Parts: sequence; structure tokens; C-alpha cells
Amino acid sequence: MSAGVNQPNARAFANFAGERPGAILAAALLGVVALACLFAPLIAPQDPFDLASLDLLDAELPPVWQEGSDPRFVLGTDAQGRDLFSAILYGARISLLVGILAVVIQSAIGVSLGLLAGYFGGRIDSLITRLADIQLSLSTLMMAIIVMALFRAGLGGAALSTFAVPLLVLVIGLAEWPVFARTARAATLVEAAKDYVRAARAVGSSDLAIVHRHILPNILSPLVVISTTQVAGAIMAEAALSFLGLGMPVTKPSLGTLIRSGYDLIFAGAWWVTILPGLVLIGVLISINVLGDALRDGLDPRRRGG
Amino acid sequence: MNAFASGAAFIARRLVQALLVMLAILVIAFAVRQSLGDPLREIMGQAVPESERAALRHELGLDAPWPVQFTRYLGQAATGDLGTSIIYKKPTIEVVLAKFPASFELVLGASLIVLLLSLPGGIYSAVRPRNLGARLVLGLSVLGISVPVFLTGILLITIFSVWLGWLPAFGRGETVDLGVWQTGLLTLDGLEHLLLPALTLSSIMLPLFIRLVRGAMLDELGHDYVRTARAKGASPLRVWVVHALRNALLPLAAVGGLQVGTLIAYTLLTETVFQWPGMGFLFLEAVTRADIPLITTYLVLVGLLFVVVNTLVDMVSLALDPRVSLEGGR
Repeated sequence: MSAGVNQPNARAFANFAGERPGAILAAALLGVVALACLFAPLIAPQDPFDLASLDLLDAELPPVWQEGSDPRFVLGTDAQGRDLFSAILYGARISLLVGILAVVIQSAIGVSLGLLAGYFGGRIDSLITRLADIQLSLSTLMMAIIVMALFRAGLGGAALSTFAVPLLVLVIGLAEWPVFARTARAATLVEAAKDYVRAARAVGSSDLAIVHRHILPNILSPLVVISTTQVAGAIMAEAALSFLGLGMPVTKPSLGTLIRSGYDLIFAGAWWVTILPGLVLIGVLISINVLGDALRDGLDPRRRGG
Repeated sequence: MNAFASGAAFIARRLVQALLVMLAILVIAFAVRQSLGDPLREIMGQAVPESERAALRHELGLDAPWPVQFTRYLGQAATGDLGTSIIYKKPTIEVVLAKFPASFELVLGASLIVLLLSLPGGIYSAVRPRNLGARLVLGLSVLGISVPVFLTGILLITIFSVWLGWLPAFGRGETVDLGVWQTGLLTLDGLEHLLLPALTLSSIMLPLFIRLVRGAMLDELGHDYVRTARAKGASPLRVWVVHALRNALLPLAAVGGLQVGTLIAYTLLTETVFQWPGMGFLFLEAVTRADIPLITTYLVLVGLLFVVVNTLVDMVSLALDPRVSLEGGR
């Protein structure tokens, strides 16, 4: 049975490459960004967190294709004379890290609860479904804003900045588990009724073993599909919080923080400080969404060719 | 049970549920006040000796057990007293409500834009799904979903305010005082100031609504009554708008109503970008300056808005659509 898992995926990926050049482009772009983030310390010409390396005389230099630029700073500099290219690399690194970790939490909680609900049914199922409905009716972004605002008002800006990464991961991670729980529950209901599950039970496998070894591998593909769009959502939520001053601090900026700190400068003509990190953010989000759409269409036979 | 009685029971249950949610919100607001806010600081500042503080704390009943204090908080909340703002030295509810017109007009402007664009866009892409235009509409809506709302605002400001100099970038402009309501809709300057923020806020709702209209229309167009209308010789436009759209609007209103929390969050982001003096902008100011009474008042009022809208949407769906299940199941 487990051999059957990989076949449709392989076919889906073959389809994918042929029919969707956009998705391949998006995947390539994401790959480049991810690698650049991973190796940021090796690629970046400057350590943007090392205040000693900054020189105020270099402040607000435009990117190289504009007049008055300095070849040392390909994408220009910000108000402190920080190399924008380096800052964006490190910023994207934090944005991706928070986005991915938040989805790890979402999926861990959501898939466990979804499996529980789908496999055991009955009261557990209705309780979990109810909780998911309540959680979903509260807007994730609004909840995240409120929770981060309370932490900020309670702890003060300085203390918040120490715990920013784990807090953001937890807040965004806890808010969206129902998305995974619903998908996992629906898929589990289908799988649990199949013969192989009954067979496993007949030979005396425990519930845990059935769920873990037999059902989970068979419901992975829809979960992978929603993970992609969830990562995009988490990155967007993190950027929004940081833009509001409720996320990553200026000393450890994510893309959202960079956009926020460069925002005032657009009125002084230094548009690149805020627009360039913004374009990187948009590029990442569009790529993930395009890839997610393509994955969903590729793995869902009903949507193929539409 | 007849339909009327079960309808009344549904409404009663829904109202009780709304009250419970509101109570939960008040409990949270109270807990935040108890743990983060220090009412003494609001009254006497920080440079007062501890003995005097203790005396006043006792006098004000702040050392009473929390159920007593919570009951008192509830009683005050019921009369509209949610505390005094530390920044503004005025009742918080006055401060927050004074900012309501600005937020409301922003949402109104954005909703108008969404309505004017999503209906034709959604209908068009549903009735002519293979056309280039329809694909363009859907393609743009993917783009819209992927661009965070604050970046849309920043891009619009950069282009239209900084580079072209056509439109103002921040504030509400000239407003007219109508007694309880400060409106920016009656002056040209006010409308100019509203245009970019409203466009920004609508950009994030548009993709969702275009997809919703399209989906709902596609559903309705497949029904028999549409074929009957066509067979009777009704013009295509009449079939789309009068027949199908009317039925498609119902699920749309329900989903639109459920997005109210998200809408508040997006409004807050838009207000921050454009320094629009609304409730969200005020909330962030309160957060930066740790004005706990103002923060909790905002939470309570936004929670109230959320509960009222959701309850109304449920009741309106019940009134409009006899098929809505009264048992709450599907």
C-alpha cells in the first residue's frame, strides 16, 4: 500500500513541469532566495547588525543604477548607512524563518488534532471541530495584532525585542491550526474507511500505529499543498506585525521592519530603502502562492487542465 | 415545532451566544487591566510614597477581591464607563468614539470601490470564463492576494504623492463638523485625502470578493431557473443581474460579514500607512505609550462590533433565506 503513495505525486510533478512554466519560475526564484538567505553571512558584503561597520557618511545612498551611487552598495543604503542588499538578505532570512517555523507549529497542532478528530470521531470530533470553528471566526491577523500589542504594552518595547522571534512564531503558529486540522480530518475520514485500515486493525495494530504508519503517509499531499499557502500567509502576517512596530525590532529587522524603518524616507526621495525590501517580500509571496496554486491543481485530478 | 417558533428559538439562542462572547471579551479586558494597568498611576503619577498609594488603593476598593472588582467593572461598562485615558486625560470611550467617523468613512469608501469593481468583475469572469479579460481579472486578483496591504499603500503613496504629486499622502484633510460626527466626505480636500487610503484598503478585499462573486455566480448559473429564464426569452444581462446575482448575493453577504475581524486588522494597517486619524491609529498610539485603559476600551469596542456584525449577519441570512438550517448543522 505504501508504494501507492508516491506514484500520483510523480505523475503530478511531471504534469506540473510541462503545463506550468510559471510554477517552475516561481520555484526557481524561491530556491535562489532561500539559498541566498541560508548563506547570507557568506554572500552579504556587510554585517548589517555590526554597528561598528556602519558609517553615517554613507547614509541614504541610492542603488547603483541611479546617479550619486557608490559601487560598494549595490542596492544603496538606509538612513544609518547600512548596506541595503545585506540588510535585505538578513531580513528575508528572518521573515522566512518565522514563516516556516510558524507553519511547523500550525501543522503539528492542526494535523494531530485533525487525525484525532477524523480517526476517533464522536465527541472528540465534535469538540475539535467546534474549537476550530471558533478559532477560525476570529481573524488571525487581528488576534495576532492584539496579542503582540498586549505583550508590547505589558513588557515594553525593549523586552519584547528579545523574545520577538519565538513570540511571533507562537502567535502566528497557534492562530491558524484549524486550517490544517480541517484538511487532516477530512482526509482521515476518507482513509479510515478504507480496507487497509481495517486490515491493519484485524492483525492487531494499535490505534497509534495505524494513524502514524498507515493514515498519515496517505494524507500528506493535501497537507503539503496547504503548507505552501500557509507559509505565505505567515510571512505576510509577520511582515504586517513588524510594519506596525509589533514584531521584529529595528536591531534585528525582518523585511517588514525594513519597510517600516524606511517608510519616512520616501518623502525625502529615498524610495529604495522601503520599496526594495517591499518588492522582495512581494516576489517571495507571489512565488509561494503561484507554486501553491500549481501544486493544488497538479495533485487534484478534478482541477487538471482547467 | 413550527417554523416561526424554531426561528424565534434560533434568534434567542444566537442572542445568548452573543452575550456570552461579549462577557468573555470583558473578562479578558478586565484581566488585562488588572495585570498590566495600574489605576493609581493614572490618578497620582509615579512619584508618590507607597504608604499614600496603599491608602488610596484601599479607599478606591482596588484591594478588594477580584470578583468584587469585576462586578464593579461590569457595572461601569454597562453605563459606558470604561476608564480614563492616560494620554488624553478623558474618558476612554469618548476618545475612541471620536475616532470612529474617520475609520467608518475609510471603510465606507473602500466598500464602495469593492462593490463597484467586484460585481462587474466577478460577473464578467463567471459568464465569460475563457475570455482574456476574465483571465486578467483572476490573474490580478492573485497579485492582489500576494501584496500586503501596507505595501499597496506605500506603493500608491510613492507613485501618486511623491513622484506625481497628485494626491495627499497622509491625514484626513479638511473636515466638516456635524455635531457628533466629523466628516471628510463633504469637502473636495477631504475626498482627495480619502482616495488613496480607500483604494489601498479595497485592494486587499477586492480579490476575495471577485472570487466570491464569481464562485457564487457560477453556482447559480448552473441552476434550472436560469435556463428557464433564458428559455422565456429574458436578455442575458437580465438573467445575470436580476436572476442569478440576486441569489448569489446571499452567501456573499454571509461570508462578507464573517470577514469583519480581518477587515478591522486591514483598516488598522491602512490607517498606519496613511496616518489616518481613526480607531486603529489611536490603538497603536495607545500601545506605544502603554495607555492600558485606552487599549482595553478599544478591545471591548472592537469586540462589540465583531459580535454585533456576526449576530446581524446570522439573523439577516435567516430572514432572507428559508433554506438556512436552524439547527446550525449543514
